[in-house]
Amino acid sequence: MHLYTLQTLRFCSSAIMMRIKTPKNGRVRRELEKRAPKLVETGKKTLILQGTKTSGTLNGVLSEIYHLKKGGAVRFTRKNDNIRPFESGGETSLEFFSLKTDCSLFVYGSHSKKRPNNLVIGRMYDHHVYDLVEVGVENFKSIESFNYDKKMAPRVGSKPFIAFVGEGFENVDELKHLKEVLLDLLRGEVVENINLAGVDRAYVCTAISSNKVYLTHCALRLKKSGTVVPRMELVEVGPSMDLVVRRHRLPNEGLRKEAMRTAKDQPKKKIKNVSSDAIEGTIGKIYIPDQKVGDVALPNKAKGVKRERREAKKKEANERASKKQKEESE
Amino acid sequence: MEMEMEMEMETQKPFQVDVGNLLAFNPFHNFSSLPTSRDELVKECLEEGTKLIQAVADGLFNLPSTEDVDGPLVKLPPPATKLPREKHLPKPKPPTKWEEFAKKKGITKRKKDKVVWDEQTGTWKRRFGYDRVHDDKDIPIIEAKMTDEPGEDPFAKRQDDKKKRVEKQEKNRLQNLKQAAKLGALPSHVQLAATALPITGTQAPPKKVTKDELGNVAGMAATSTASGGKFDRKLPGEKPAKKQGKHRKFLPVVEGSGIGSREKEQTDNVLNKLISKHSHEILNIGKAVTMYNVKKEKKARNRKNQEGKSSSTSNKLKPKKQLHKKAAKKGPESSKKRKAK
Repeated sequence: MHLYTLQTLRFCSSAIMMRIKTPKNGRVRRELEKRAPKLVETGKKTLILQGTKTSGTLNGVLSEIYHLKKGGAVRFTRKNDNIRPFESGGETSLEFFSLKTDCSLFVYGSHSKKRPNNLVIGRMYDHHVYDLVEVGVENFKSIESFNYDKKMAPRVGSKPFIAFVGEGFENVDELKHLKEVLLDLLRGEVVENINLAGVDRAYVCTAISSNKVYLTHCALRLKKSGTVVPRMELVEVGPSMDLVVRRHRLPNEGLRKEAMRTAKDQPKKKIKNVSSDAIEGTIGKIYIPDQKVGDVALPNKAKGVKRERREAKKKEANERASKKQKEESE
Repeated sequence: MEMEMEMEMETQKPFQVDVGNLLAFNPFHNFSSLPTSRDELVKECLEEGTKLIQAVADGLFNLPSTEDVDGPLVKLPPPATKLPREKHLPKPKPPTKWEEFAKKKGITKRKKDKVVWDEQTGTWKRRFGYDRVHDDKDIPIIEAKMTDEPGEDPFAKRQDDKKKRVEKQEKNRLQNLKQAAKLGALPSHVQLAATALPITGTQAPPKKVTKDELGNVAGMAATSTASGGKFDRKLPGEKPAKKQGKHRKFLPVVEGSGIGSREKEQTDNVLNKLISKHSHEILNIGKAVTMYNVKKEKKARNRKNQEGKSSSTSNKLKPKKQLHKKAAKKGPESSKKRKAK
């Protein structure tokens, strides 16, 4: 017994040979830095994939969602029969894909007799499933079926306006969850500055009943009005569908608390040359650049300068006179 | 920090507007009676949507704007609705061992110059890299000290010292990174990879078992079962066990005598080989004849011995020679058969 414990001790104290792997490429290093966790997060990427069986409408829905989110979405076209988001073991494949593509939102489509035209929209935290909402798609109208003036079509990647209508979104638990998830999905990048000429799309979600939501994508027309604010006009362009909430899974409380934590005031960017004093208040230092006194042009025309100009003018006049004489002589 | 804009409507109920997200929410609308046709429903939804978006636009266009090349640029306020993060908050890097020591001793960092004055050549040289200041290869003479041993090469010693210093530094760096990894604060571009399993004392590191070896072992274990591993439940992807030993093919018991009857084919093959023109290559007739003759002579000798000894012992007690004779008879025939095959 004594010998056995000695053996285990020796085993624990010996070091596991490790080596440090760093990327030899600048490109790889930059990619890794992009994927590292940041204090303030910008856009989330979406992963769009499908299960064993899909229907025609579902294929249309998935490809149109991909088209709407062109810049920040990844589309997988093969069937994945080992993904079952709501079962405990069926999420490993999803988590692996999320890790490899660096996507934290996913839209998984599948079709079965029990759940026709099924979409599972889910979010990830640290590449593990955070929450899920399962909706069924009904009355899907694709982009092609809308006729509108093509000049008004919204450009890819523009930041959308989002409108939620209905008391269902406030009262019903599932619709509340769906509202949050849809906001995350449709939001796009979080930006500080926005160009007012570039707003041209809007999503409208209306709660028709306690489990149905009508979602549509519209283009915006800004019409002249008296004030600075233009009058908005919505024209239905993009896909429109009815979403029927089937199941949903909320995140557990501890995970939710951790995910909602924000960096307590980011380290304030230090403004240089400014300091504050209790007595005098804010003090700023101004540094004046070196004045090169010798090179500065004199403001008052000194006598010497004037004389030079007079003499130069005289010289010129003489030269011109001599030229004319030469010409006349010739 | 929610920005609520009061929109005076007929019903005088407020919307919830979040300009940072370009989001508007009307929690007070309800369809008292669902419109009958789909078009009506769509129209109503669009109307409500337009009102909400107008509210957001009111907030948005009233923000102070700066002129840009493409159009007026507006600085958005931070979004009011909080959404969960996608990754954990980055953890601060723990101080390295040197940093802790420096803090304790009060050592501050000093900015170093890229070029240093070199006394030997009288020029400005780099601090490190190609053509640097204190390079080992630039030292012409090293004076011997009293403490030096006679057979030692001081130049080689300097190089060894440098190698040791570099190794120590690498080890320290690895330790610092391991400490950071333990706290979950490894820098994003660094990965720690295990190269080998720990070696304990005189034990060699355990050899990795290959796929073929594992298959063989699994096969051996399977044959130890009562049914020889034939009905064992297989894991998905496991290949059926390879058959060990001689591979023999047996003809079926009942078979029609059609054109393709296999037994006929087998016997035909044997006969053809025997009767063929080149049968002397297949069957060594000379050897067969000598074997036959040898057996015949042996038989004759044994009979002579028997006649000599028959009076001494009774026939019953003699070893049964009949069996041997039968085997001897079969000898040349069986050898013929074997040779023909």
